[in-house]
Amino acid sequence: MKRTTSGSPQHLHDAEAALHDLFVRGQAGDAVAYRAFLVQLGAHLRGFLGRRLFGWPDEVEDLVQECLIAMHNQRHTYQSDQPLTAWVHAIARYKMIDLLRAKGSREALHIPLDDELEVFADSATEASDARRDLSGLLDTLPDRHRLPIVHVKLEGLSIAEAAEKTGMSESAVKVGIHRGLKALMQKIKDAR
Amino acid sequence: MKTDALIAMLAADAAPVPRQAAARRLSLALGLAVPLSLALLLVGYGVRRDWADAVQLPMFWLKLLFPLCIALAAGVILQRLARPGVRIGRAWPLLLCLPVALIWALAAAVWMPAAAPERATMLWGISWRICAASILLMAAPVFVAAMVALRSLAPTRPALAGAAAGALAGGVGAAVYAMHCMELAAPFLAVWYVSGIAATALIGAVLGPRLLRW
Repeated sequence: MKRTTSGSPQHLHDAEAALHDLFVRGQAGDAVAYRAFLVQLGAHLRGFLGRRLFGWPDEVEDLVQECLIAMHNQRHTYQSDQPLTAWVHAIARYKMIDLLRAKGSREALHIPLDDELEVFADSATEASDARRDLSGLLDTLPDRHRLPIVHVKLEGLSIAEAAEKTGMSESAVKVGIHRGLKALMQKIKDAR
Repeated sequence: MKTDALIAMLAADAAPVPRQAAARRLSLALGLAVPLSLALLLVGYGVRRDWADAVQLPMFWLKLLFPLCIALAAGVILQRLARPGVRIGRAWPLLLCLPVALIWALAAAVWMPAAAPERATMLWGISWRICAASILLMAAPVFVAAMVALRSLAPTRPALAGAAAGALAGGVGAAVYAMHCMELAAPFLAVWYVSGIAATALIGAVLGPRLLRW
């Protein structure tokens, strides 16, 4: 796995500023900036979680995905005047503890609260394969949620094209994607 | 599914996000639930009949304001707990405890010089049996609304968030109930009002981890 680590204060400050900028633009509706944000965020999460879950290397990519979905679904709880590091760290930590508890691990009790600066210190761009079958979970969603996601996300159609193909209205496609992602998170939780 | 595919999926859902979502959803919850608590009071209990005289009494206002101060501090704390990575700070938890400390100090001041029979009246009043339970009842709409709002937000400390929701609801519930309640002795308030609010907070702390997972 290609991995870079740099914990110098200047580097962390730059990472925070760059990600913050992309995220704020994404929150305003800029899909290109948002996508770039998610790619970088995913790499940081992979590095951060990989270092802490060394006992469960297989779980890392699943947890990266789960964190990304959670951050996406909860992005309305971020306010731009707050350090992004703190927000990302709090969610990653919450999901990591959730996972360790589910595994019955006592390590959940020992995850430090104060390592939040380190969340952007690592970056690992090469993803290992996720073990959890997200596509399989996706298949269990009802059509009104599943079809918009499949067409728009996985086949790369635009919202308008997906609307035409499914016979749904454009707003129904958007709502379907949005609700579908929430439902997907619920499925992940229930599957645990 | 590859993480890249997942990211493409999430990025396609990049609609503009509402600002200040936590504060707005919690305010909306309060806006809907407080009238319900008031309606519950008017229908189930009624405002005290001597309210025209009661509003002249400083104790009546104290009884109304001290739970409201608790509710205010709990509300601010709750709004912070609903957002990941936001610190609660020291000031608001202190402000949450301050009204309780003041009412206890006042209660001690009237309790110390009093004789035994007076003490009994101050403590038990005429309505101690129903006081805390009534506060819980008045708090219920606010508590439910706050928990529903919290479920759409992201509390990373669910027990604490539940307790804050309970303290908010208990504070509002006690202030609403104060409009019906005839008691004016500080020791009564210090014990029964505080118990009602504390019970709501405790229920919140117990239910939080069960209801607020995300």
